[in-house]
Amino acid sequence: MLARVIRTTPFHPRLSELNSQQLYTHWQGTLSPLRYSHAPKHEYFAVRNGVGVFDTSPLYKYAVRGPDAERLLSRTLVRDVRTCRPGQAHYTAWCDDRGYVMHDGVVFRHSADEFLLTAGRPALSWFQELGSSLRVELEDVTDAYGMLAVQGPRSRAVLAALAPEAETLGYFDHVPAKVADAAVTLSRTGYTGDLGFELTVAADDAVAVLDAVLDAGRPHSIRPFGEEALMTLRIEAGLPLVDIEWHDARLAFTEADCVTPKELGLGWMLRGVRDGSRRFVGSEAIRRELVDGTSRWATTGIVVDPDDWDRLYRRAGLFPPKSEHPLPYESMLLDDDPQGGHTEIGYCTSFVYSPALQRHIGIARVRPDLAAPGTGLRLELAINHHNTTVRVATTPMPFFEPDRKKS
Amino acid sequence: MSSHEYDAIVVGGGHNGLTHAAYLAKAGLRTVVLEKNDLVGGAAITEELGVDEAGPGFSFTTFSYALSLLRPEIIHELDLVKHGFLPLMMPSSFHPTGDGDYLLFGDDHAQNLQEVRRHSPRDADAYERYHHDLDRVCQAIRPLFDNAPPNVFGHDPDDAADVKWLVDHLGGVDRKTMHDTVRLLTGSAADWIGDYFQHPAIQGYHASSSVIGSKVGPMSPGSGLVLLFHKMGEHDGHLGSWAFHKGGNGGFTQVLARAATAYGAEIRLGAPVSSVLTDNGRAVGVVLEDGTELRAPTVVSALDPRRTFLDLVDAAELPLDLVDNVRRMKFRGVSAKVNFALDGLPVFPALPDSVDHYGGFLNIGPTIEYVERAFDASKYGWYSEQPYIDGAIQSVVDPDMAPPGKHVMSCFVQYAPYELRESSWEAERERFGDKAQAVLESHFPGFGDLVLHREVVTPVDIETRTGLTEGNIFAGEFLAPQMYFFRPAPGWSQYATPIDGYYQCGSGTHPGGCVIGSPGRLASQRVLRDLKR
Repeated sequence: MLARVIRTTPFHPRLSELNSQQLYTHWQGTLSPLRYSHAPKHEYFAVRNGVGVFDTSPLYKYAVRGPDAERLLSRTLVRDVRTCRPGQAHYTAWCDDRGYVMHDGVVFRHSADEFLLTAGRPALSWFQELGSSLRVELEDVTDAYGMLAVQGPRSRAVLAALAPEAETLGYFDHVPAKVADAAVTLSRTGYTGDLGFELTVAADDAVAVLDAVLDAGRPHSIRPFGEEALMTLRIEAGLPLVDIEWHDARLAFTEADCVTPKELGLGWMLRGVRDGSRRFVGSEAIRRELVDGTSRWATTGIVVDPDDWDRLYRRAGLFPPKSEHPLPYESMLLDDDPQGGHTEIGYCTSFVYSPALQRHIGIARVRPDLAAPGTGLRLELAINHHNTTVRVATTPMPFFEPDRKKS
Repeated sequence: MSSHEYDAIVVGGGHNGLTHAAYLAKAGLRTVVLEKNDLVGGAAITEELGVDEAGPGFSFTTFSYALSLLRPEIIHELDLVKHGFLPLMMPSSFHPTGDGDYLLFGDDHAQNLQEVRRHSPRDADAYERYHHDLDRVCQAIRPLFDNAPPNVFGHDPDDAADVKWLVDHLGGVDRKTMHDTVRLLTGSAADWIGDYFQHPAIQGYHASSSVIGSKVGPMSPGSGLVLLFHKMGEHDGHLGSWAFHKGGNGGFTQVLARAATAYGAEIRLGAPVSSVLTDNGRAVGVVLEDGTELRAPTVVSALDPRRTFLDLVDAAELPLDLVDNVRRMKFRGVSAKVNFALDGLPVFPALPDSVDHYGGFLNIGPTIEYVERAFDASKYGWYSEQPYIDGAIQSVVDPDMAPPGKHVMSCFVQYAPYELRESSWEAERERFGDKAQAVLESHFPGFGDLVLHREVVTPVDIETRTGLTEGNIFAGEFLAPQMYFFRPAPGWSQYATPIDGYYQCGSGTHPGGCVIGSPGRLASQRVLRDLKR
C-alpha cells in the first residue's frame, strides 16, 4: 500500500461534507478545494456581497519566541517589525542578500518577545540559521493550528455574534478570543481585499470553531469558497502571489526571474532603507537600487479597454469571453507606439475578468517610465489561433477597495 | 444665449429615460428628467414594504425582477461601476418536473449535460447542439439588435446606405443560421424545441422564456421570437444568463440615476407631464399636470407608444397611418407579480437540505403542455387555474433583501389577462394570489406556513403605477409586426417622430422591452446626431 502523502487540514472533515464538487488542488501538499459548488463565481459574490469562509490552514506557521525574537525578525523582514506592537500584524516579505524577494507572509506580534509568522513557502531553516547566534527559538507549528478566513461585508456581524471583540477590531489588529469555548486568535486580516477576519485555532478545536461560524453565518447565507474564487478576489485586491507574481529568488536560475520588493510593488515597506537607518538581509542592495534608481520594473495594474476586447473577438466570429478564471500563463505587454513597432516593455503576471469592475484586469510589471496611471499599452493575446494585441491602460492597485475593508 | 431653461426634457424616469438622459447630459446637454412618481425606475423599482407581522427589512422588486438584456456597452459608456453597478450572478436554474423530480442547471456545462442525461440520454448531445445553434442565431442578429433599424421606407442616401448595410450583413449569414433565425422569428417555441428534445420536462424547461410578458403560449407561432429575445441577454458574456442587481432592479435604476445626475442631468420627481408643447409642428417644451411649463427645443418621451403619440401630443398633428398603427398596436398585458416575504426557505422534498437550487430562477411550468394549458384560459378572458411561475428567492443571492434568516421571493405569474371577462382585478386579486400560492404549495409542501406577507400585483396595478398601457411589461407586445423597423410603427422606428424636436426612447421602440437600456441609448445617438453633437 502506498503511503498517503497528501495531507488534509483540521477543517477538512466538515468542509469536505459541504463540497459538492470534490475538486482539489494541492496547496503545499495539502488538499485545497478549487470550489465547493458548481459556480465559483457565486462563492466570489458571497465574499463581495455577503460572507464566505476559506480554509487557509496550509500556510506555513512559525512561532518565533525569545528575547531576541524582534531582533531576528527586524534583521530579516523587509518591513520594520519594531513598529508592530503586540496585538498588531504586518504583511511583510523577506529577501536574499541581493535584495531579491524570497517569500511574503504575515507576522502577528503577540507580545514583546513572541511572534507568529506565516509563510507561503517553507522558510524555517533560513530563519533558524540567521538566528543561530541569537536568543530566539523557532518552531514550525503549521500542523498545530487551523486558520479560517471569514471574509466579506457580513463577516463582522457573523463573528461579533460569537466574539464581541470582532465589533471593534481594527484593520490588521488581532486579539485573543473564545469561540465555541475554544481559544482562538481573531485577526482583522485576509487575502480578499474586503472586510474580513481570520481565526487561528488549535487543530483539535478547529471543527467546533468552524461549526460555530457556519451556524452564526447561516442566516447571512454564509458559504465556503475555494481557490478559484480566491484568485479573482486577490487579483481585484492587487495582492501578489508567490510562484505567480514572483518566484523565490534563492531558487531562481536567472536574474530576470527575480524581483526586488520595489519592483514587486512593495516599495511602501522600505521605510528607513534609503538613508541606511535600517538594515536587514538584502537591504544594502535595495538601498543602492533606491539611490541609483536602478529598478528594472514597476508593478502596476492594467485594465483592458472593453470595447477593443469585444471588437477583436466579434471580428473573429467569437463571443468575447469574460471568464473569472485567471489566465494560466504570462502575457507580454507592448508599448502603444505604432511607429516603434510595438516593442516588449513588460509582462502581465495575473489576468482575470473582474465581475465587480466589469472589466478584464491584470497585475503587470512594466518599464518604470511607463507605469504612470493611464499609460496606454497593448497586451498580447491569441484570438482564434492568431496572435494579436488588445488595448490596455495602467491603473493603480488595488482595483477594488471598498471603504469597509479598513473602516 | 438660449432662452430655454433646458436643452432637453425627458418625459418618464424609467430605466430608458434615465439612460437616455445620462447620454444627453454626458454630451453636454442641459437635461431634465420628469418622473410622475416619487421614485425613479418606472417598472424597475425596489420597495421596502411594511410587513407588520415580520418587521422591516423586506425589499420587494415590485415589478421587474432580474437583469440580463442590459447592453454591456452602456455599463462602460456611462461608467456605471463607479456609481454602484453590481450584477450578482444567479448561479442556478431550478425546474421541478412535476413528478417530484427536478432539473437543476448551473454554471458547469458538463454537470448540466449529466443533469439532462439523468432524464434522457438522448437529449444530452441535443442540449449542446441546441445551445450552439441558438448562440449562432444570436451572433447573427446581434448587429441588428444593437443598432437602430434602417428606414426601409426612406429615400435619402443615408437610408439607402443603412439598408445596404443590413442586406450585406444578412448576406454574410450562413444558410442554416438564417433559416434557424426565421424559424425562431416566425414559429413557435414548441416546434423549435421539439426539433432537439424529446423529454417533456427538458422541453418545458427550454420553453420557459418563450411566453414571458406576451399573450402567446409556447405552441403559438411567435413564441420563438420571445424566446430568442430573452436569449440575447447575458451576464458577463454568458449568453442567456441572468443576474440580480444589488438591491434589485430598483438598485440598478438608482445607479442610473446617480450616473445621470453625475453627468449633470436634473431629475424631478412627482412631476407628471400633461402634454408636449408644440409650435408650428415643432416641440418647444412640456406642460406638467400642475400647469407648470418647461421649455426645451428637444423633448423625448420614454413612455410607451400609446402615451407618446396619443396622450402627450394631439393626434391631429400626426399622420393618420401612424395614429392608426399606434391605436392597433397590441399591448394585452398577461403578467402579474405575486411577491412573498418568507419566514425561511421553502423545502423541495427531493432536495431537503440543499440551498443551492434556490440560487436563481425557480421555473414552475413543468412541461410545454402545462404552460400551454395555462395560456388557454387567457384567450377567453380569464386567468390560469394553474399558472406558470417564474420565481426567484432573491435574498439567497443578495442577503440584504431580507432580514437575516428571512427571505423575499419574487414570482412572475402568467397568465393574468388585463381584461377579465365579467369580473375585475380588484375582485379577483386575492383569489389569483391563492392560485399562484397553491401551485407553489404543490411543489414545496408547507410553503404557505412560511408566508409572512403576500403582495399581488395585477396587470391593472402595473398600468396604474408605472403607466405601461394594459400592463404590458414590454411597452408593446413582442410580435413580429411590432418589432425592428415596425417598432413602434412603420416609418417611425428611428426614435424620431413626425413632430420636429420630439423623440421617443422607451421600450416601445427598437429593440424592445426588458431592462435593456438600448432604446434610451440608441435614441440618444439619434438626438445627438440631429443636433450635430
